[in-house]
Amino acid sequence: MIRYVIAFVSVFAALPAWAEINIKEVTSPGGIKAWLVEEPSIPFVAVELRFRGGTSLDAEGKRGATNLMVGLLEEGAGDLDAQGFARQSEELAAQFGYDSHADAVSISARFLTENRDEALALLRLSLVEPSFPEVAVERVRGQVLSGLRSSLKDPDKIAGKRMSALTYGAHPYATAGEGTIESVSALTRDDIVAAHQGALSKDRLYVGVVGDITAEELGPMLDQLLGALPETGASLPGEADLTFGGGIDVVDFDTPQSVAVFAQPGIHRNDEDFFPAYVLNVVLGGGGFESRLMTEVRQKRGLTYGVYSYLVLRDQANVYMGSVSSANDRVAEAIDVIRAEWAKMADTGATPDEVEKAKALLTGAYPLRFDGNGSIARIMVGMQMDGMPVDYIVNRNDLVNAVTVEDVNRVAKEFLDPDLLTFVVVGKPDGV
Amino acid sequence: MVRLLALALGVASFAVPVQANDLVTDYTLDNGMQVVVVEDHRAPVVMHMVWYKAGSADEQPGVSGVAHFLEHLLFKSTDNMESGEFSATVAANGGRDNAFTSYDMTAYHQRVASDRLELMMRMESDRMVNLRLQEHEVATEREVIIEERNQRVENNPGALFREQLSAAQYQNHRYGVPVIGWRHEMEALSLQDARSFYDTFYAPNNAILLVAGDVEPLAVKALAEQYYGVLPANPDLPERARPQEPPQISPRRMTYNDPRVAQPYVTRSYLAPERNPGDQETAAALTLLAEILGGGQTSVLSQKLQFEQKKVVYAASWYNGTSLDATTFDFVVVPVPGVSLQEVEDAMDAVVAEFIETGVDAEQLARIKMQLRASEIYERDNVSSLANRYGRALTAGLTIADIQAWSDTLQAVSEEDIIAAAEQVFDKRRSVTGWLMGQEEVTQ
Repeated sequence: MIRYVIAFVSVFAALPAWAEINIKEVTSPGGIKAWLVEEPSIPFVAVELRFRGGTSLDAEGKRGATNLMVGLLEEGAGDLDAQGFARQSEELAAQFGYDSHADAVSISARFLTENRDEALALLRLSLVEPSFPEVAVERVRGQVLSGLRSSLKDPDKIAGKRMSALTYGAHPYATAGEGTIESVSALTRDDIVAAHQGALSKDRLYVGVVGDITAEELGPMLDQLLGALPETGASLPGEADLTFGGGIDVVDFDTPQSVAVFAQPGIHRNDEDFFPAYVLNVVLGGGGFESRLMTEVRQKRGLTYGVYSYLVLRDQANVYMGSVSSANDRVAEAIDVIRAEWAKMADTGATPDEVEKAKALLTGAYPLRFDGNGSIARIMVGMQMDGMPVDYIVNRNDLVNAVTVEDVNRVAKEFLDPDLLTFVVVGKPDGV
Repeated sequence: MVRLLALALGVASFAVPVQANDLVTDYTLDNGMQVVVVEDHRAPVVMHMVWYKAGSADEQPGVSGVAHFLEHLLFKSTDNMESGEFSATVAANGGRDNAFTSYDMTAYHQRVASDRLELMMRMESDRMVNLRLQEHEVATEREVIIEERNQRVENNPGALFREQLSAAQYQNHRYGVPVIGWRHEMEALSLQDARSFYDTFYAPNNAILLVAGDVEPLAVKALAEQYYGVLPANPDLPERARPQEPPQISPRRMTYNDPRVAQPYVTRSYLAPERNPGDQETAAALTLLAEILGGGQTSVLSQKLQFEQKKVVYAASWYNGTSLDATTFDFVVVPVPGVSLQEVEDAMDAVVAEFIETGVDAEQLARIKMQLRASEIYERDNVSSLANRYGRALTAGLTIADIQAWSDTLQAVSEEDIIAAAEQVFDKRRSVTGWLMGQEEVTQ
């Protein structure tokens, strides 16, 4: 009756001091797939749902529709108005979070074992039968517009927005998923309904469940919760054409500390050089206090509180980015140091010691991520979206450990491009 | 109680879970260092933390920010470790470390595989007594904290506004001085200032060891005795008696204009009593009052101002009773375009006055109590946050018994208690009202 495809993997079992996480792959009678970890020791369940696409599915001229739609899911559903929905979730002590970003709509839920059926029925109502009452649309639109007005005067937001505009060309990534004051003001209830139809469909659904529930119970529960969603949704945008000017773009904004972001082309997760690049980033700017950027810009020169670099892996684009904030009269020096470190790493590479330390950090920190039902559910959904098998968790540290200093330095030479490294600076920077 | 509550709500009653107390073991070392262990054996990971009962409110006048500055400097050299070696060692062992400073405490923490606990204790006990400050490192790190202030405060008009509000609320107590420090005093912080704070407050009899995760309490005790138990207590540890606020007899108002403000709003704070050892009832009532008035979608302020009158995009109230000295009860109301700050302030006052008249909605109170009970279950999924709760409370002068009595104290609060607490605290003479505005805003 219930067809289960259950793969049993004892993750970490072979390694010392690692948790054992048994992931079961469950397929519901209706065909919805999920990854499950049965964890009965605390009487609650964490559910993570993700729908690929997110705000990038916004129709032409309807920027912000998906974001506003997601903000409205808990503001009226079935016979319940916003207050009625909130009251019910409070009575059940169930917690639902609804969020959207450039590649997905995500829903995070947790509820007590005791209230499982009632909580799931309520969650279902918000996903399948949101009513988008006009009065709620106006109220939440007001909240979104308030946030948009604030972000026009927030140096971090201004910098991010400017960098996206420079980098992503005509792709949806080039503009903020929240939309603009103009586009959000013009959205109608019909646009919201269309965004709901477009963004929440079964063919883009990924599910992770951790907690006090069995595989046998989960199958029918998935159909109950999600079975009534449409089979398919709006079409995904294609790959982004990236552009990097290589210069420094200054956005004039009167504030004492300049905020800078920098970017160059990134690397795909499936690229054979991905793991060397991943280790390289830890050495250069991703490893916390010990990274080269942190050492040179913060520890030695005191130019900033923090400087970081990170590989941005999006569905339709890969970018290597970083950020730093320095007083207006010091940011020019911070930028010079960053560009010099970029060039130095491309030229002379990392030392064997740096590479070993970076690998130790990555492999040691990996199991620390699995630190609760909700986090494990989120990790499992991310893995599914990236097309990883269940046993990736077991193999991942081997992939890191296989990276050699030669790999890292070859990739540093090919990958790092100090001339293409593009800066956006928001503030009143001196000498930039 | 739980059962009745659940039935009244029409919700299936849930089996009372293992009490969080059962996960917690505590003892005190011979030198006075308190140890708290929170067990969670689901994953072989541990959080190791040392909390000092010393925060910015324990600073001397004139050196604001020194508690936080010293926190940064603890990552530099000791007699046994090079500058940066502490974090580098944690990282090389696959862990993450950091620290934070607040008014009443400073805490250092590392998250590592549980078989690395001993290494963490060896290093953390070392820097409790063996710090070796060097002039050039002090000078560079002072630049870092100035940039941190730039990032957190100077670049953020809301943060600048909050600093001014606190300074207006606390005229004699150090809670009126920002944790990160006033900029002009930060610029003058010296090695001697940091050293003096360190020598005064960093000692085992002023510290709490908190270990949360896959550990056995007895094993932790043995390690703690080995590494922390051998350190000498500071016999000259000062008593934490800070200057207290004089009676406030006149309402205070302030406005702040900043062209970087896009969304104006009104804040209101009242000086309010905090949780005290053996005396947490009023604080419990205020905690529930904050939830009822402004804790979320179904709160009184949201219902009236956002849903009915449609005057605000957002309204909230909050109260944090975990504080060594007098705390505050706070409100914020953010008007929709076209509604003036005076209008939302008046509307907020009217809603609160009406609430005190009509009393507490019993169903709303029951829902909040239900959520508080559930939060104890959810918290068991995150023992770090449970350990943090203990650390905050213990450094704010509370005892283990107070912490463990807190949830029952919350459940025992009655509708009458809440109204009485509201009447006690909402006295305009003890208030600070703030208007945050953009440059072009008309004050009318």
